[in-house]
Amino acid sequence: MSILIDEKTRVLVQGITGHDGSFHARAMRDYGTKVVGGVTPGKGGTRVDDMPVFNTVAEAVRQTGADASVIYVRAPFVPDAILEAAHAGIRLVVTISEGVPALEMARVLKEIAPLGTRVVGPNSPGLISPGKCKIGIMPGQIHQPGHIGVVSRSGTLTYEMVWQLSAHGLGQSTAIGIGGDPLIGTGFMDVLRLFKADPKTHAVVLIGEIGGTAEEEAAEYIATEMGKPAVAFIAGRTAPPGKRMGHAGAIIARGKGTADEKIRALERAGVPVARVPSELGPLMKQGLARR
Amino acid sequence: MNIHEYQAKTIFGRHGIRVHGGKVCLNPTEVGEAAQELGGRVVVKAQVHAGGRGKAGGVKLADTWEEAAAKSEAIFALTIKGLPVRKILVTPAVDIAHEYYAGVVLDREAALPLMMVSREGGIDIEQVAAEAPEKIIKTHFDPAAGLRPFQARQLAHAIEPDGSKAVAIAGVLVKLGQVFLDVHATLAEINPLVEMKNGGFLALDGKINLDDSAVALRPDLEALRDPESVDAHQEKARQMGLSYIPLEGNIGCVVNGAGLAMATMDLVKHFGGEPANFLDIGGSSSPEKVVAAIEIITADKNVRAILFNIFGGITRCDHVAQGIVTALERLKTTLPIVVRLTGTNEAEGREILNRSGKAIFAATMEEAVQEAIRRAGIKA
Repeated sequence: MSILIDEKTRVLVQGITGHDGSFHARAMRDYGTKVVGGVTPGKGGTRVDDMPVFNTVAEAVRQTGADASVIYVRAPFVPDAILEAAHAGIRLVVTISEGVPALEMARVLKEIAPLGTRVVGPNSPGLISPGKCKIGIMPGQIHQPGHIGVVSRSGTLTYEMVWQLSAHGLGQSTAIGIGGDPLIGTGFMDVLRLFKADPKTHAVVLIGEIGGTAEEEAAEYIATEMGKPAVAFIAGRTAPPGKRMGHAGAIIARGKGTADEKIRALERAGVPVARVPSELGPLMKQGLARR
Repeated sequence: MNIHEYQAKTIFGRHGIRVHGGKVCLNPTEVGEAAQELGGRVVVKAQVHAGGRGKAGGVKLADTWEEAAAKSEAIFALTIKGLPVRKILVTPAVDIAHEYYAGVVLDREAALPLMMVSREGGIDIEQVAAEAPEKIIKTHFDPAAGLRPFQARQLAHAIEPDGSKAVAIAGVLVKLGQVFLDVHATLAEINPLVEMKNGGFLALDGKINLDDSAVALRPDLEALRDPESVDAHQEKARQMGLSYIPLEGNIGCVVNGAGLAMATMDLVKHFGGEPANFLDIGGSSSPEKVVAAIEIITADKNVRAILFNIFGGITRCDHVAQGIVTALERLKTTLPIVVRLTGTNEAEGREILNRSGKAIFAATMEEAVQEAIRRAGIKA
């Protein structure tokens, strides 16, 4: 089992003819994802290898039955690309692109709310259900199919944690990067609810970082409703306050959003927090054993 | 991106919010001249990207232009929260009847802008927020349409019993909401918004932080950047597409990905070391970026070892290794370099590093950190 994507998901690549789009379209296809085509305005009728290119998402959906898309276009064009996909009936839009202004995301999310489209990202590495479907830029080979749900704000830190899990024989049901920006389409809570409802996800790993209060809210949910073991890792314990550490979202402002607060909230909720990456595997095994 | 008070006030003024423009001065002579021109009592205010300027002695009243020039000398000598004072804003002094607070932030959880107002404006607003949060009235507003006049009136009448004053305040709030949307602020604040003794409302101070993603797309916002207000290395890093923050330690870090970079710093401290910096080299492995990263880090004379932590997913480890070797050939350094490379073509990457003899390879993050700490401790 998995959440959001599986072996039947039909994926469109928005920006397929660009440098990143073409590279990752091929990588996803080679992993086994059903990449049914792509969209680049003006390049309809051409192909990237055997993947057809369309001028519009609507046309692509008509011809291919695509139900998910992944966006590799440059930041100024992302809001419109999300809107186009949503209006064409795509149910899951995965936004890899970074540099999208937060207000643009606020406007887009508000506009598409009635359509029921799920947006992941922006500034997301994507999501993967190992062995079934990869939508994004993560290295497929470090993932293993299994029963641990992974949700993270990071990119490469997620890979580090997945690598730890796989090394301990703890495969993943779905690993999803929700993105490092302050305004994102899918948050920890959304993903945790999906993991809760997935019978094949037995436990959850939550990877957070400084900034905002999403981990604290997730801790509350895990304590009161989740019903499955969870382990966490929080990056930025040693980050000085008031400094922006790379991610637009990772700022500790006015005392809120520190790593220590998040760790305290999670531990109070009964979620063990790994202090170093190599603790993750053993803590997860302990949590599963207590199930 | 932060901007100065005088820049925020210019933006407020363009949107119809009343401000005293004042004059930006670079030395005490200019301060004296500006004060003379304005005549009467003035305020002399340090322009730095930091809060608490008043408490640090960076804001002074002066009754005469001589006094203004004299007081500015002391302010130009100040460093406030690590930032040297290079500019001073001279504005007319105001007789204040009351100070309010008005500010807008982006509420991440609601994914909407949030307007906050309070009757208790001034330097202790953070205390008010902590101790009497009910005194701050808030409302979300539409990120496309802005704060509606009726919403502004609801806020204003909640903090000001005098009807006509509240209507005037509401007018300012609508414009502040407009500012927030127009310049893609992450924060736009008027603290204090003053009612003047002789009537009318004025933004006595202004603070605007801009969304960096928007600044990258808007030349008019980029034009507000003050390169002098950040560390020169930070600015160079930014121009190279790196994200760099200097810290106090001796282990230089180069990592791909902000979360992994923070986790690397945490791990250095966990094992008893001290990170010299945060540096996110992003998704590219080009030699140019690696050279820039090493240049920036080695400019810090405290650094005793450099640690690369690269989780190469799609980014190939052999490309990264080649980038490091090329960089080290161009930029001779005697510092020990510890490299952790995991991911695609990891074996090829290790081979390239070992053959070059210029770097010590580590298979895991923990091994790399511990090796770097060990090497930093070895006397040169």
